[in-house]
Parts: sequence; structure tokens; C-alpha cells
Amino acid sequence: MSNHDIGKLAEPEEKVYTTLNLGPTHPATHGIFQNVLKMDGEIIVEAEPTIGYIHRAFEKLAERRPYNQVTPITDRLNYCSSPINNMGWHMTVEKLIGAELPKRVEYMRVVVMELARIADHIICNSVIGVDTGAMTGFLYIFQWREKIYDIYEQICGARLTTNIGRIGGFERNFSDKVWSLIDDFVRDFPKGLTEFSNLLERNRIFMDRTINAGPVSQKMALEYSFTGPNLRAAGIDHDVRVMNPYSSYQDFDFTIPIGTQGDVYDRFMVRQQEMWESLSIIKQALKNIDRKSPVFSGDVPEFVLPEKAEVYNNMEALIYHFKIVMGETEVPAGEVYHSVEGGNGELGYYLISDGGRTPYRLHMRRPCFIYYQAYPEIIKGSMLSDAILTMSSMNVIAGELDA
Amino acid sequence: MNTAQHVQALNQQAQPLHDTVLARLTEKFGDAVLGSRIDYDFPVFEIKREAICDVLKFLKDDEQLNFHFLTTACGLHFPDHHGREMGMMYQLHNWPANTRIRILVHFPDQDAVMPTITTIWPAANWMEREAYDFFGIIFKGHPNLKRILNMEDITFFPLRKEFPLEDPTREDKDDTMFGR
Repeated sequence: MSNHDIGKLAEPEEKVYTTLNLGPTHPATHGIFQNVLKMDGEIIVEAEPTIGYIHRAFEKLAERRPYNQVTPITDRLNYCSSPINNMGWHMTVEKLIGAELPKRVEYMRVVVMELARIADHIICNSVIGVDTGAMTGFLYIFQWREKIYDIYEQICGARLTTNIGRIGGFERNFSDKVWSLIDDFVRDFPKGLTEFSNLLERNRIFMDRTINAGPVSQKMALEYSFTGPNLRAAGIDHDVRVMNPYSSYQDFDFTIPIGTQGDVYDRFMVRQQEMWESLSIIKQALKNIDRKSPVFSGDVPEFVLPEKAEVYNNMEALIYHFKIVMGETEVPAGEVYHSVEGGNGELGYYLISDGGRTPYRLHMRRPCFIYYQAYPEIIKGSMLSDAILTMSSMNVIAGELDA
Repeated sequence: MNTAQHVQALNQQAQPLHDTVLARLTEKFGDAVLGSRIDYDFPVFEIKREAICDVLKFLKDDEQLNFHFLTTACGLHFPDHHGREMGMMYQLHNWPANTRIRILVHFPDQDAVMPTITTIWPAANWMEREAYDFFGIIFKGHPNLKRILNMEDITFFPLRKEFPLEDPTREDKDDTMFGR
């Protein structure tokens, strides 16, 4: 196109599009995501996502690992809320073998899973703030994520990829330190969350920036199999914790927050509200847990490692110890699907067991792998800066996307 | 509770749903329904490959059954099942009634071709690409059938059972006693 003839406007057929590589290492993509964008000025005409940069073949790896060694793989799916993934896997195997856990253990799991949900939402929501240019909220609220990680650390020794709990319960009882850290968190977190809400929720600049950006209609959400906060932001009150309660979620009283038009602001607000609900669930669980009780696992000798003293003095315990450590536990043959409400949607495990020591086939229903395919359609026709915001508000986690 | 009792209890819960769906499917499609069973809490129906699109569309649009949500889909490989080595699994969910079913299709590995269901659920797009990437199942009519998680230039399908997890030329490790 010639620049000399200023008076002449470009005809539609000679319109020049720019191809823009967004990612894979652009800092605003928050992970290794690549999108090849066809741009008309600053408007996105077409987007083609490329994924798989950190693919680690989890489904194949799981076919070679004994059941209890699959848990560390699940850590690395949605690594912002590893405990939920771990618990989801434990419950899948428990469903396969028909294990029933004591209420105390289930409530302890609920506490850990809801802490994980809060940590997940903290990351997602504060990063939406960062992408709109508001660093302050991010810097302040991240200390609460640290405190949650301190609790994980006291329970299981790890912070990010937790490998928390075991098939059949927990690896050890919660110490007094754990209970006191959880109490401190429950007491102090409302202050931190209120502070974060005050910075963003009714902030004129933030609202103008996020309302109507990247909207997802109910129809689109259903067609693309959306789950989790992204679906609820579109106005559909679907939550696995309520639809198919696991780990005694039916004992708790909480509401499912929903949005109206499924834009960035709605997704943000749904997560904000879910953090308050999670906090209320934790409080209800704490009220009903007997802290002095020594019960931290169910009667699942095939999977729960016996006490060392037992191993030395009891033949049965010695046999089970050997079988667990060598990964020779027998499980029934069968096909089972179990799903949990992960940080960003319905995380499901479809497990085929042929009775061998490892899963015959393990398929993971990874929520963001399924809903991320709607991303090109959501951002079509929007500005580049809105596309960045849409991505961060969808809570796409590279580890889960690429499995 | 032992495993058998646990499985039986779950099976009993799923029995009425299994009966309803089976009755509707056989009434509508007859021979295309090759078999059915209940796996834990899931009614499972095996469908003829040629009829899968019609069956899924019927299950989605039927007012009574209303399986409007595609939860997940994935490929399967059973090298020992002669003539039906490959498979596709679809899992559907009816939210208002909160009922879930699983649909299976089996076909030989020499003829690993499936009709696409992207016209019924756009969400199936990447699920089918994943099944193609890992199992080599060709989806006829798919708008963009290419590898999704693996490199585009690899020539094998890694989740097929014959593909070794470790380097098969390795000699320092003996797996005869442990491992599969």
C-alpha cells in the first residue's frame, strides 16, 4: 500500500492484516501459551492457539506407576491447587476399592481442599488485577497464599506440588501447629480479603476495564463444556460439590455464586465470592472436627502405610508394609469415573483397572484443556489487551492444559 | 464394607437409569446398541460405530433423556481384544436430572476411523484431536485434525499399548519381576 496518496482510503480487499505471535514466552501470557493472532490494527480477527509446550505424558506415565505413585503426577496438573487434584485421585481409587472413610478424615480433606481453592482463586484474581495494571492488590493478597502454603508445609512437608494425603486418608495426623495455623488463617484472612476487595471490586477503573470484556454466553459455555467459575460466571449454577457430593460436602451449608453475562468482571466476582464461601465451609468443618482424635485414615490396610511399631511386631502389618512399598497392592478390575470441583472446573479421573498393580488406562478430564478451545472464539473481534485479560480471567493453567 | 457390596450398592442405584436409557435406545436404534452394563455408578452402552453420531445427537436432543453436556471423551486401546482393539469413550451428563452415562465404541486397529461429533458439541474438537494425537484414530469430517500436545513430526501414537514408555534398547534395567 502506498503512503503517498493520503486522500485515498484502503479498499476492504486490499486490507492489510498483521500476524502477531503472542507467546509462548510473553510475560503477560502467564505460562507457555502461544497464540498466532491475525490482527486488523489492534482488533483480533482470528486466533490460533498452539498448546503442548510442557506436555509430560501423564496418562502414559500413570500406566507404569503403582496407584500411590500416581499422586505426584496429579500435583502437576493444576499446580495452583494441587491438594484438590491429589484428593480427587485418592477418592477415585477409594471408589474403585470401595473404601469408606471416617467423617473426621473427610472433614480434614474438606479443610485442605477449600484452602487450596482459596489459594487458586487468590492467584487468578490478583493476576487479573496485575493485567489491568493494578499491582497493589496482588502484592498484598499474596501473603495469604504464603500462609496457606505454610499450612500445607506443616501437614505434608511440601508447598507447591504437595502430594498431600494418601489413598485411604492422610499420611499423619494434623499437629497442634497445623490447627493453630489454620485457626490464625481463618481469623485473619477476612481482613486481607476485604482489603483486596476494597482495592478492586468497586474500583471505577477496574470495572470499566473488565465489564463487557471477553463475555461468554450460557449457550457457548454449555457447547464448549465449560465447568467451574467460568461456567458459573455465565449464570449457570453447576458445581460438582453440590451435584455429586464427595467427601461429605453434603454436610456443609454454602451457596454457589453466579454471574450474569460471563465477562471478565463476572468471573472475577464469582471467584471473590467463592473465597468467602470456602472460608465459611472451613469454619463449619473446624467446628465439627474433634482435634484430639487419633483417627487420620480409614480402614484401608492395602494402601495406608502401617505404623513402624506395628510393622516390627505384627505379621499382617509387615506384609502390608512390604506390599505397599513394593507397589504390589491388589485392586479389583473395573472402570470408574470420579470427579471433584477443582480450582477451575470439574476435574475427573476415568480409571480402567485390569486388576494389575498399575492403572491399565487413566484419562484425566482436565477442565482447562476443554474450555481453552473456546478462547479463539471469545477473543475474536476484541482488542489485544482484552485478550490478555480474558486469558488470565479464565484461569488457564499450563500444567493442566498440557498434562 | 467390602468391594463387592460397595459395587453392588452403586450398581443398584444406577439400574433404573440404565433400564430407561436402554429401552429408549433399543426402541429407536435397535441393532445399533451392541450391549450394555453398569460399571460402578455408570450405565455403559456399547454402540455400533456407524450409528454413534445419530445416537449421541438423539441423547442430546431428546427431551426426556436430555444428555446435553459432553463431560469428556477419550481413546482406548486393548491390544488383546481381537477385532475391537481400539475404542472411543464418551461421557454424557444430564444436569437437571443429574444423571450420567458412558458410551463406548469399539473398532479394529486396522480400521481406526470414527465419525466426528464436533458438529454436535464443539467441545469435542480438542478431545478428538487428543485421541488422534495419542491413538491415531482418524475422525472423518473433523475441521482441523492435527496433533495437539505432541510434536507434529512424530510418526507414532504414544498411548497405544505397543509404544514402550522407556527406551526399549536399555539393558541396565530388568523388569521381569516388577513393572508392566
